[in-house]
Amino acid sequence: MTDYIRLKKGLDLPISGSPDPVIKKDVISDVIAIKPTDFKGLIPRLLVKEGDAVLVGSPLFCSKVDPRIQFTSPISGTIKEVVRGEKRKLLEIRIANDNRQEARSFKVEAPEKMNRNAIQDLLLESGLWACIKQRPYGILANPDSEPKAIFISGFNSAPLAANLDFVAKDELQALQTGINALNKLTSGGVHLGLHQSNHASTPLHKLNNVKIHVFSGPHPSGNVGVQIHHVAPIQKGELVWTVQLHQVIFIGRLLMNGYCDFSQLVAITGPRAAAPAYVRATVGMSMQAIADQATTTAEGLQEGCPVRFVSGNVLTGTNVGENGYLGFFDNQVTLLTEGSYYEMFGWAKPFRCKKFSFSRAYFSWLAPKKQYAMDTNLNGGERAFVLSGYYEKVLPMHIFPVYLLKAILAGNIDKMEMFGIYEVIEEDLALCEYICPSKIEVQDIISKGIDMMIKEMA
Amino acid sequence: MGLRQLTDKIKPTFSKGGKLGFLHSTFDAFESFLFVPNTVTGKGSHVRDCNDLKRVMIMVVIALIPAFLFGIYNIGYQHNVAFGGQMGFGAMIWYGFLKILPLYLVSYIVGLGIEFISAQIQGHEVNEGYLVSGMLIPLIVPVDVPLWMLAIAVAFAVIIGKEVFGGTGMNIWNPALLARAFLFFSYPSKMSGDFVWVAGLSNGGAVDGFSGATPMVYAQANGLEGLNQAGTSLCDLVCGLIPGAVGETSVIAILIGAIILIWTGVASWKIMFSSVIGALAVGFLCNALATDATPYLQMPAYYHLVLGGFAFGTVFMATDPVTSAQTETGKWIYGFLIGALTVIVRLFNPGYMEGMMLAILLMNTFAPLIDHYVIASSLKRRAKKVKIA
Repeated sequence: MTDYIRLKKGLDLPISGSPDPVIKKDVISDVIAIKPTDFKGLIPRLLVKEGDAVLVGSPLFCSKVDPRIQFTSPISGTIKEVVRGEKRKLLEIRIANDNRQEARSFKVEAPEKMNRNAIQDLLLESGLWACIKQRPYGILANPDSEPKAIFISGFNSAPLAANLDFVAKDELQALQTGINALNKLTSGGVHLGLHQSNHASTPLHKLNNVKIHVFSGPHPSGNVGVQIHHVAPIQKGELVWTVQLHQVIFIGRLLMNGYCDFSQLVAITGPRAAAPAYVRATVGMSMQAIADQATTTAEGLQEGCPVRFVSGNVLTGTNVGENGYLGFFDNQVTLLTEGSYYEMFGWAKPFRCKKFSFSRAYFSWLAPKKQYAMDTNLNGGERAFVLSGYYEKVLPMHIFPVYLLKAILAGNIDKMEMFGIYEVIEEDLALCEYICPSKIEVQDIISKGIDMMIKEMA
Repeated sequence: MGLRQLTDKIKPTFSKGGKLGFLHSTFDAFESFLFVPNTVTGKGSHVRDCNDLKRVMIMVVIALIPAFLFGIYNIGYQHNVAFGGQMGFGAMIWYGFLKILPLYLVSYIVGLGIEFISAQIQGHEVNEGYLVSGMLIPLIVPVDVPLWMLAIAVAFAVIIGKEVFGGTGMNIWNPALLARAFLFFSYPSKMSGDFVWVAGLSNGGAVDGFSGATPMVYAQANGLEGLNQAGTSLCDLVCGLIPGAVGETSVIAILIGAIILIWTGVASWKIMFSSVIGALAVGFLCNALATDATPYLQMPAYYHLVLGGFAFGTVFMATDPVTSAQTETGKWIYGFLIGALTVIVRLFNPGYMEGMMLAILLMNTFAPLIDHYVIASSLKRRAKKVKIA
């Protein structure tokens, strides 16, 4: 039985550069990288050294706290470089591609015949355990715990995000196998969120062994955190796991084939993408491999203005730079113009036709269908909280966002608990950050709050 | 862009380490006033809405312009009536403009001066909040207020009312109202009585029969009868050609501002609406209890909405997002109590005619408490719901 949950609050960002549903090419990176920093809450222990040969699925590093959780190579080749930062913090493990895609094989059966422990061990060993995030906090899942349920969002409402229907349409069998496997990990079942606009037409509605929930409304209705909030809010002491749909495919392929296959469709999007579309690439692909997809000029700006390579979407992604690598969890690259320019009397102009505002202080509400080539200018300076009731307009959750942020700034654990820190991760409040006229770093504050909670509970 | 090149040229002088490096906050303020800075997003969301606090504040200033323009005209108009003059429309506006200009000069020079100095001391950017406060203050004082008093009141409001708490966004009380309260309690003779509301009246020489008293005085003395005797109709009260503080007289001009504020989402319509409901509720209750011996209580409740500073306070002061209640339910309670308290003070406190100022300041004080209980009850309700589910 499906249930319908109507969400109204939120905002679909009118940014230009959404991907056409075509696969333009296969991108083969000479070098790819896996970044331990992508995994929140992980303290890594390196298992390889430069020059080592690895196969697809060979361990690169593991969790220091729980060495069973391994992180594996998405390609075959040799370890090219181990990049460390301050205090020898492990930043990147770069692997040179030998283009052979030789894979380590695992012993598998149909998930129906495997028990929980067998599936768990398989995932831990193959490096696919890393795809599972644990709520509260959005950290690596603890294999010793059993979650209340597992949640998967079947649509991505984030700006310019890869269309999951398109990503999954040829992978339904792998998806089904992956879901069957996940079902063994929890007694609460696997929950799938679909959007009301296409819940009957999407290939995903054919999936079995899932509880389907249908949501309406703009972004962030596709955020799994928002969906959990409305289906089964997380109380203190409860655990919920989440997996991204495109990564369930990885799990399914492993169980079908007996080896890991980290290839995925990546959406190349954004105002600076020459022809926004999909490419087939592996986890950790390099930005250099897709540098040809970026335009050299931007409308209305001088030639050669730099491009920002964002791994992920504009709201929550990471600025990885033109020499960076795609993040482990991302299947989207957004190419933006760096907005490093002065705008004379910008804030005082009655019209700013090239800029979008959620508020009615400007006139972009007159052109609801218009798309904007947004850039990375901050459009103002950071100030204290002034407006009230504003964040709530884009947050379809029953929490008090400003009070939560203030509790975090004050370091008050009790109040953070009261105001809903268990239910949110950074991405859920990303739109609040986007619309904030005081330019407050909302996601950074939430992230600090989560770190504080983890430390407090440890 | 010549101005940009000039700015770039003098920037090193005002940057840290430069000759005038100690003035960097001031320089930043002017620079960001002229140009949206070239800062790009670092952490978090890579693109940001083009709305910023400067725009929010300027929206409030725009919303105040109708009241401001009408105030200028009304200064001239009242002066002309008082002295039986033959001033034309242009002359009245010119007179009003000359009267209000010094008030604005003092308000902005003193207020912004303190803002700049404190930003300099604390090493942060200059906040935009005073753009609005500075616009508000001259509109809520009598036109003949001595400038040195205004200067002290502004300084008090900015320093004690705002900067000691950490600047815009951190203050407890509305700074503009605090300036007015300071004037009222420190220099009552210049803030009340029949002579302060019309320009030049305190020097004497008005035509016979012109008193200069605000309609509120008549209403308090004799209710609706009093207003009628003074020749003030409901229409006069709505249009605003009556003696009073500079910007508060015309309900029409204030309503235009209210529409701008609500449309742009800067101010909460809930607060405005519930404040009106609160005033009417108490007004009607008093109507029902009134006897012939209490004519003020008999005055129809809706007169309270157009008398004195009610409309101005409701639209521009009570809705200050920093000092009002933050939760949506809290806004209803907060607004309602402001309206109700205003009318209670008006009707039952003969020594203090206008209740709006103190009602808002009092509710500013209690706004965090209201929010506290609203949140507590909301959390409790939610916990119960989850338990059942």
